[in-house]
Amino acid sequence: MNFDLNKKKLTDINKYLQNIDRKSNVRKFKIENPSGHHAICAGLKDDIDVTINGHTGYYCAGMNQKASVTVNGNVGTGVAENMMSGKVFVKGNASQSAGATGHGGNLVIEGDASSRCGISMKGINIIVKGSVGHMSAFMAQKGNLIIFGDADEDLGDSIYEAKIFVKGKVKSLGADCVEKKMDEKSINELKKIFKELNISENPQNFKRYGSARKLYNFKIDNAGAY
Amino acid sequence: MKKKGLKEFKTFPQSTINEIQRAAKEGIYQIRGLGAKRKVPDFDDLVFLGASMSRYPLEGYREKCNTSVVLGDRFAKKPLKLDIPITIAGMSFGALGANAKDALGRGASSMGTSTTTGDGGMTKEERGSSKYLVYQLLPSRYGMNPDDLRKADAIEVVVGQGAKPGGGGMLLGQKINKRVAGMRTLPEGIDQRSACRHPDWTGPDDLEIKIQELREITNWEKPIYIKVGAARSYYDTALAVKAGADVVVLDGMQGGTAATQDVFIEHVGIPTLGALKEAVDALKELNMHRKVQLIVSGGIRTGADVAKALAMGADAVSIGSAAMMALNCNANLYRKDYEKLGTEPGYCHHCHTGRCPVGVATQDPKLEKRLDPKEGGRQLKNYLTTLTLELQTLARANGKSDVRNLEPEDLVALTVEAAAMARVPLAGTNWIPGFKEKD
Repeated sequence: MNFDLNKKKLTDINKYLQNIDRKSNVRKFKIENPSGHHAICAGLKDDIDVTINGHTGYYCAGMNQKASVTVNGNVGTGVAENMMSGKVFVKGNASQSAGATGHGGNLVIEGDASSRCGISMKGINIIVKGSVGHMSAFMAQKGNLIIFGDADEDLGDSIYEAKIFVKGKVKSLGADCVEKKMDEKSINELKKIFKELNISENPQNFKRYGSARKLYNFKIDNAGAY
Repeated sequence: MKKKGLKEFKTFPQSTINEIQRAAKEGIYQIRGLGAKRKVPDFDDLVFLGASMSRYPLEGYREKCNTSVVLGDRFAKKPLKLDIPITIAGMSFGALGANAKDALGRGASSMGTSTTTGDGGMTKEERGSSKYLVYQLLPSRYGMNPDDLRKADAIEVVVGQGAKPGGGGMLLGQKINKRVAGMRTLPEGIDQRSACRHPDWTGPDDLEIKIQELREITNWEKPIYIKVGAARSYYDTALAVKAGADVVVLDGMQGGTAATQDVFIEHVGIPTLGALKEAVDALKELNMHRKVQLIVSGGIRTGADVAKALAMGADAVSIGSAAMMALNCNANLYRKDYEKLGTEPGYCHHCHTGRCPVGVATQDPKLEKRLDPKEGGRQLKNYLTTLTLELQTLARANGKSDVRNLEPEDLVALTVEAAAMARVPLAGTNWIPGFKEKD
């Protein structure tokens, strides 16, 4: 089924996609002329497949549950923010805060992602095939941020239990973020993610970063680290 | 005991000396709970004029005085219709125990008013016991999920809090037990310091888009509140309206917190009295007064406070610390446990320790048992009933058949400071400091 945002209101399209008739066999949808609209495919909650042909604005596929959303274009701020499950594929670049606070599911960005990619992430897997901007994985709590290119300043600042994997260069690490051994468990974890997403990459080409856990409890001796 | 004839330093009273010496010993600022302890101009500095030759009152026990209020009918398909204009402020599960959240829900629901979640998500108990539940969207997004968003009756985007405008949440490790940690996706026992800025928007233009997203996810049904700490209240209110709020929640500096730095609580933000007038001015200038509802909080204790806030232009108030006190916070019980904390009833602000003697602000199962949710709910109901009766008493005395008909003209100030902040005349004069009538 095709929708055209030049002809149909965003709210009507979102409402339709959020309330799919389970008796219907139609599970694949296309959205044409997104023209930078905000909140396209926000709040989807069913196992459907949506392709958006063009560029989107803020919060595309925000709070997604179960759905698979593909954007054939660039995305604005907060793509797949607070995603719970499902898959979001961005064929172009992503603006700030991609995958912010995401609890689950997979976000794959073919191009670059701007600053604060994966900020406060809570279990999501984010794969960026290009590079990420500064302060990515800031206060990241859980999940995996996998970067094929480079990472800008202060990667993983104040990170909790999330894991960061980088194939390229890291300009600098943020407070309490350190390089960690690329152990067997982490290699297997990456292998599993790559397999699920049909990505041909060797996990051993990546370096791993995570929390030194020195700032988990406030100690005055660590005040200078902030 | 002070000896006769000794003169205390005004610049260095004993409490200041104690704090200097504590800082010299420990090398770290003081963290505590609840709100500002310093004296600021407040609603006690205003009085109602009541009826007189030119105004006639309503019979106190016979004539009706409406207290209901509708919140969020600007854009939301399903605004909240509350029986009283007194709501329960956001307090997190984590800061408070599950029994306290349950008790708040029971008490508020029995009075036909709303409760609010907090930093840490929505619990089943809270949803179950709350007839009307406002779900907070905070910078941390702990426990945020679209299912709970849809279960809520309203959504409150928290930009700031009166106790600490510009600061994020804080919950020390002793309160992060397995359940709290699980809801927040954090390791147990860590000192949890929430972000002070939202992760995916900056500024009112972005917020407008964020609100659009929240409405898309919830089918444009839920009222969207924006909560701000009292700081630049005129501009913050105007920008909240511009961003698309259905309701603005304004929290003055007397508002409480579960834990933050004492220096933050006492030295950042402005008193509720001054902030309220600025917010009402902004709404009136935009012709949005009563169209975007204003809820004010921070130091509301009595029906008189509620009546004065409404007279100044608020549509409703919100109570946090006072609601906790209705559940026995700072009650004269378990004195030995207060002593162990180095305090006593009436002075306790040790919410941050997790050792709340009366079982309100704790995650300790033994302490939590000291608060029975049913009994707590009954106490809160009684307290809200009292506030409502006091509010109606004052409204009738000023000749109003609806509490929201109270108006600034019904008020005068007892101090120059309060007159200037509330922009009502000093009692017995027609003088409003700083106010010039237009030519």
